[in-house]
Amino acid sequence: MSVMNLVSYEDALASYDPVMGLEVHVELGTKTKMFCGCSTELGAEPNSQTCPTCLGLPGSLPVVNAVGVESAVKIGLALNCEIAEWCRFARKNYFYPDMPKNFQTSQYDEPIAFNGYLDVQLEDGSTFRVEIERAHMEEDTGKSSHVGGATGRIHGATHSLLDYNRAGIPLIEIVTKPIEGAGERAPEVAKAYVAELREVIRSLDVSEARMDKGQMRCDVNLSLRPNGTETFGTRSETKNVNSLRSVERAARFEIRRHATVLTDGGTIVQETRHFHEEDGSTTSGRIKDNAEDYRYFPEPDLVPVAPARAWVEELRAALPELPRVRRARLQAEWDLSDKDMQSVLNAGAVGPIQETIAAGAPADQARKWWMGELARRANETGTELSEQPITPAQVARVAALVAEGKLNDKLARQVIEAVLAGEGEPDAIVEKRGLAVVSDDSALGAAVDQAIAENEGIAAKIRDGKVQAVGALVGAVMKATRGQADAARVKDLILERLGAA
Amino acid sequence: MPGITREEVAHLARLSRLELKPEELDHFAEQLDVIIGAVARVSEVAGQDVPPTSHPLPLTNVMRADEVRPSLTPEQALSGAPASEEQRFRVPQILGED
Amino acid sequence: MTELIRYTAAETASAIAKGEVSAVEVAQAHLDRIGAVDKKVNAFLHVDTEGALAAAKAVDDKRAKGEELGPLAGVPLALKDVFTTKGIPTTCGSKMLEGWIPPYDATLTSRLKDADVVILGKTNMDEFAMGSSTENSAYGVTGNPWDLSRIPGGSGGGSAAALAAFEAPLAIGTDTGGSIRQPGAVTGTVGVKPTYGSVSRYGLVAFSSSLDQGGPCARTVLDAALLHEAIAGHDPLDSTSIDAPVPAVVEAAKMRDIRGMRIGVVKEFAGEGYQAGVMQRFNESVELLRELGAEVVEVSCPSFTLALPAYYLIAPSECSSNLARFDAMRYGLRVGDDGSRSAEEVTALTREAGFGPEVKRRIILGTYALSSGYYDAYYGSAQKVRTLISRDFDAAFAGVDVLVSPTTPTTAFPIGERADDPMAMYLADLCTIPSNLAGNAAMSLPVGLAPEDNLPVGLQIIAPAMADDRLYRVGGAVEAALNDKWGHTLLEEAPAL
Ligand SMILES: [Mg+2]
Ligand SMILES: [Zn+2]
Repeated sequence: MSVMNLVSYEDALASYDPVMGLEVHVELGTKTKMFCGCSTELGAEPNSQTCPTCLGLPGSLPVVNAVGVESAVKIGLALNCEIAEWCRFARKNYFYPDMPKNFQTSQYDEPIAFNGYLDVQLEDGSTFRVEIERAHMEEDTGKSSHVGGATGRIHGATHSLLDYNRAGIPLIEIVTKPIEGAGERAPEVAKAYVAELREVIRSLDVSEARMDKGQMRCDVNLSLRPNGTETFGTRSETKNVNSLRSVERAARFEIRRHATVLTDGGTIVQETRHFHEEDGSTTSGRIKDNAEDYRYFPEPDLVPVAPARAWVEELRAALPELPRVRRARLQAEWDLSDKDMQSVLNAGAVGPIQETIAAGAPADQARKWWMGELARRANETGTELSEQPITPAQVARVAALVAEGKLNDKLARQVIEAVLAGEGEPDAIVEKRGLAVVSDDSALGAAVDQAIAENEGIAAKIRDGKVQAVGALVGAVMKATRGQADAARVKDLILERLGAA
Repeated sequence: MPGITREEVAHLARLSRLELKPEELDHFAEQLDVIIGAVARVSEVAGQDVPPTSHPLPLTNVMRADEVRPSLTPEQALSGAPASEEQRFRVPQILGED
Repeated sequence: MTELIRYTAAETASAIAKGEVSAVEVAQAHLDRIGAVDKKVNAFLHVDTEGALAAAKAVDDKRAKGEELGPLAGVPLALKDVFTTKGIPTTCGSKMLEGWIPPYDATLTSRLKDADVVILGKTNMDEFAMGSSTENSAYGVTGNPWDLSRIPGGSGGGSAAALAAFEAPLAIGTDTGGSIRQPGAVTGTVGVKPTYGSVSRYGLVAFSSSLDQGGPCARTVLDAALLHEAIAGHDPLDSTSIDAPVPAVVEAAKMRDIRGMRIGVVKEFAGEGYQAGVMQRFNESVELLRELGAEVVEVSCPSFTLALPAYYLIAPSECSSNLARFDAMRYGLRVGDDGSRSAEEVTALTREAGFGPEVKRRIILGTYALSSGYYDAYYGSAQKVRTLISRDFDAAFAGVDVLVSPTTPTTAFPIGERADDPMAMYLADLCTIPSNLAGNAAMSLPVGLAPEDNLPVGLQIIAPAMADDRLYRVGGAVEAALNDKWGHTLLEEAPAL
């Protein structure tokens, strides 16, 4: 079903009320895997970070990573969840070649954290509360690559190759309760929720939660019900939607697709769907019929986890300032209006600005660069602001060069562009490209004299006391020096020469 | 408690990835029916207010520090593989998820 | 030299330590014995001649350098083929793992090596430890040295037969429902299932994780105790391993005094299905315990009648999941990969070809018991039965120090008799299963031959969890009294091979 044949978003919402469920998997940033001591470092040679346990070799056994449990409790607390006094791991049994034991060690009816919520801020500044059903611990699968088909896809492949370095990396799965009442804002709520969740995870320092690196993956479950009714419709499960923008697009597409099917008198099939970045559509995956039976049972190779209340309270007391609270504080510190703060938020610029300030830039400068040049570029390329190829430290350095008078705004923009283009550090770029402001009087003097000579009329006006006309001459000098002159100094020199200083 | 049919055995065999032969389906259906008939007695306690024991030990919170231990070498990891390629386990084409 | 194979482990270790014999001579004598009789017995799936001689030589070198030797240094051992051994094939009696060479040692294997025990090879077993006769091995049945046409018990029939055939003075078994004790009983040897969690399961190829327990097999109670101390103890690689000191089993085995101990006879383990000669020897043993100064009372454990049904739900459920990893992707057999078939099809074809009927039966049974709709009635109820059984044990142990029963209802049955009658086969573990479900410790030791068939009868002694020493105290006293009475050990009555 292509986007073209779908009923419009507005028409869909006119008749139907969307109900969403979001399942987010977060890979923890632990040093070792969830159940064995293998390293989790990315980028290692295939199958070099495996052991009997994460390869599922006969006889191997799991042992729980204490930091994995601690991270799960922290996430649970940050999401306002209750923390189980006693819970177990369970085996989720199904066969798939990327899963070495052919069961996933997960949690079933006894998650470590449950019954929480996360308040998310929407673009209009209002707050929407997303209820959390549970957060539980589990393990990641290995990675398969498909050989012989078109561009590494599974269909048409002759065989597949498996690397189990990722198998066993700790995951926290966070599941919302059905999100009702979002109406037309459902896609926006989905995106804002995932964004806020990512901020929370990062603030806890339990994962970098980079969606582009697969450290955070989102499944969007969606159903429609006729407006004014209570019963949920049949849901679709769009798997592995891996950017904030895609989360919003997937929800939007599914609302339109469901509405189209329902309007035609059809029925929605309960199935998984695949999201396609290229056109924002989803296509049918696996039908979820009753043949699927995971035969969960308590993992007999592990003993229960019973987080002591005192320990949980210790972790609660040590929680960092959570993103919402932090944002309120920053708004005050940066002295921003609600509206300006909202645009900073919408641009995803809080973190970058804060880090840039931490790297030594004044608040207004940090905000100016991230909300200006860089936000524009992120927007144009459809990428995250925080994922631009420039670091807060580099932005801070550019701001410092401006403050020192070594760069003006125009030159600074060129330096930033060069950093983005991968040309290196700001100082090296200034050096290499010869971008430093020219404030040397002898060098500028000639240019000033020339400008006066070529614009005698304007020079006369200035001599006569019309000092505001100096701008035109400064412009001429700047043009002649291709912007490298220090404008303030140029102005002083002109006024000096024309006896108007 | 209902007995077990040949169709159920076939379904269970699919779930557990066993390509049973037709005669095995018949034979197992017959035997499993007898076994299940005998073991179904446990459900005498189903309603009783007895906590389940999933494990004979009363242990909790057995965990390890998050410290890296040596892994196998890729050669060791792949040493039992029926087939390998590019230092990866080579497996037949996988059906399903793209 | 042939006498070397009749030494106990304790005698062997002492002779080596004193320099009366070299470890290499001991190893060679056993390798020769294996060469001479194992074609008939089929106790071994793999004999590691080179490794055994090298390990023995290392012991002799240590001694030559004046290094202190451990209590089992240089003693040969037969290892059940269910523990991984780095560089040595490990098959679990299955075609599925034919030719598989593990890249790692089980913790138990490492401990044996650390104790300078000489591992002779890997012993035959029912496939993945599922069975009571070793007939389910993909590599042929093992004969009972008392009568080669009869079963040696199972699943650890190879280990028990190796002891009874004097191929090794020590062996390792695993006991999920009786797989150490029942083979011990029917071969006239000693077998101990330690408290669950006291011997590491890391590297023990899992059948049923919450029930499996490795343990010692020997010809004498003291030898079993020496081996028990070598293999038991906390292992951080096994989350279900008990972090507490191992009870002083060697000391207990040497006590030979049970005066004042209270011993309970389990009322439920008698009656229909129990062979007359088995009950006769059992009753004589109870009399003997009285003569030795113990106070004997009858106790009732009513839930034990539900133990067998609960076991045949829990063990298959766990095994259906544990054996899912055998999928032809990473190791072991692969069948039908002709380039046209999918991974899913190859997995199903491989499992069909690689597993024997009993394994398939249990996988299907377990898959059934765990499926939605049946879970509560079957798996859930079985877990409740487990609680009731533990309560029965707790009540019993409130009044007595140990419980006793026959180990098995009958002596060794003929090979083939119960091969395709699962329910009849399952009855062999009637008396042993409750201790697996509750996790406590139990031993079987020989108490004579059944008059009607001249085959060994085992006495089961059951102790509370972490009171394994009581088994050895009672077992050591009974063994000493019987040897005194007979003037020799029971195994000396076994026919020559
Ligand atoms: Mg999950
Ligand atoms: Zn590992």
